[in-house]
Amino acid sequence: MNVFRKVIRFYVEGFREMTVGRTLWAIILVKLFIMFAVLKVFFFPDLLAGKSPEEKADYVLENLAPPASGTEPSIQ
Amino acid sequence: MLSDYLSTIDWSRAQFAMTAIYHWLFVPLTLGLGFLIAIMETLYVRTKDPFWLRTTKFWMRLFGINFAIGVATGLILEFEFGTNWSNYSHFVGDIFGAPLAIEGIFAFFLESTFIAVMFFGWRKVSSGFHLTATWLTAIGANLSAWWILVANSWMQYPVGCDFNLETVRNEMSSFSAVALSPVAVNKFFHTVTSSFVLAALFVVGVSAWYLLRRREQQMARKSIAIASAFGFVFALVTAFTGDRSGAIVARVQPMKLAALEALYEGREGAPLTAVGVLRPEAERTNDDNAFYFKIDIPKMLSLMSFRDADAFVPGINDLVYGNEERGILSAAEKMERGRVAVDELGRYRAAREAGDTAAIAETASKFDRSTPEGEAFLRDHFAYFGYGYLDRPEQIVPNVPLLFYSFRVMVGAGCFFILLLGLVWWLNRRDRLADKRWLLWVAVWTVPLAYLASQAGWIVAEVGRQPWAIQDLMPVGVAASKIPSGSVAVTFFLFLALFTALLIAELSILFRQIKIGPKND
Repeated sequence: MNVFRKVIRFYVEGFREMTVGRTLWAIILVKLFIMFAVLKVFFFPDLLAGKSPEEKADYVLENLAPPASGTEPSIQ
Repeated sequence: MLSDYLSTIDWSRAQFAMTAIYHWLFVPLTLGLGFLIAIMETLYVRTKDPFWLRTTKFWMRLFGINFAIGVATGLILEFEFGTNWSNYSHFVGDIFGAPLAIEGIFAFFLESTFIAVMFFGWRKVSSGFHLTATWLTAIGANLSAWWILVANSWMQYPVGCDFNLETVRNEMSSFSAVALSPVAVNKFFHTVTSSFVLAALFVVGVSAWYLLRRREQQMARKSIAIASAFGFVFALVTAFTGDRSGAIVARVQPMKLAALEALYEGREGAPLTAVGVLRPEAERTNDDNAFYFKIDIPKMLSLMSFRDADAFVPGINDLVYGNEERGILSAAEKMERGRVAVDELGRYRAAREAGDTAAIAETASKFDRSTPEGEAFLRDHFAYFGYGYLDRPEQIVPNVPLLFYSFRVMVGAGCFFILLLGLVWWLNRRDRLADKRWLLWVAVWTVPLAYLASQAGWIVAEVGRQPWAIQDLMPVGVAASKIPSGSVAVTFFLFLALFTALLIAELSILFRQIKIGPKND
């Protein structure tokens, strides 16, 4: 517990004594907010997230394999 | 609207390239400056001279600014994998996931823990422990880079894996083959040592600015002494690993090498083009009409590629149309072989949808490496799987002018850095550098050139791999998700705005702190 308190105090005092660092932390927090609360949530859904392994395989198979033998796939 | 004219693939590629380029603006300085700071702090701990403490803290402040602005920008690439490149993300399976997970652990636990001690720990921990934290931050950042580069190298040279038909993904069969492939090892050393050179040029450039302003002259001279020696040594190592890269690329990505040299017709004793101006694409079909003019170094390409001045180096036309005499398959032949594998996957899909267990078992046997039939199928057909998606043989040729010029920017700048760092070190040692104002200005303006060369290196590596997301196995067009191009275009511009704002923030804070200079405690 004592060690835990020391670590907390180490960080708190470190943050308190910062000068340039405060601006940098503000930038870091704004950046992380934009990345995780805006971009990730609204613009970057993980298309395979929430799917079972079999559903993921089916999804990719649909995109990689032609629907029937002999159909020529294309990269465009 | 512009998005109507560009496909989803174009936008996805543009977005990934833009994100990677911006991310790479922040990374190399972190990789190299960490070690320079650790060297300076070591001098402080050994001598107890307050000058070294003040100097270390100054460069550490600039390191902190760069680290803070750049940290987590690479995560956006991972967002893009999940959204824009979902087919690729699933297909690469744990091969890509494992190194990235290890990188995440390294980055979080090693860098994040010890970087706090580096910045908050002055006078709170012992000088020895602080120094250890500084060294571990530098080492941790570079070890993180190792795993990212392992993942990237696998895209260039996919080894140590087996394709699992049931899960439709590649699975790692040999961790050491993936982590220690010649491409990965060489790419790591080439990338990090070039980053050391960039950081050294940054320190030399900033110090040169102080000498020009006749400020902080002791700090500037001593910083130059360390950075120029460090940079000179690692510039030579970068040249050595670059030479090794050429030899490796000649074996595993011959088209990349041919495109870098705009070599259309393969030949024995192939020359290296030192400088040249390419004709427009429509006029370039062979070596006689490829250039307006060029200056060659005889036999050098053969020597660098195969360590034999008379070795045969295949050209673009050999690789596209084949060369029976040299045993080079044409792209058309590879496309036929690849289509057999793609069709087999199609049959598997149909059987799976129909629940036809006999047909599933028949296809599965072809992907089973443990049987002679399976081994032959994987060698003769699945090895060319990506070719099965191509429409024309000529699609395997990457952007020749972009590669040709980027390669020359990278190599030309690299040679210049060796000369500059050597000269700066020598003059500084003789205490004659401060009088050479023209050279100090050259050192200042070499800092942006170092970034340009670093970016050119990535263009060579990544554009040279095109059209493949994974060499020979998956073209970028198949790797991309089928999502509306408009949504990718929107996020392209969102990222452009975000990264540009971050870059402006970094430069303005960095310049302000350089103007302020080192502080006294």
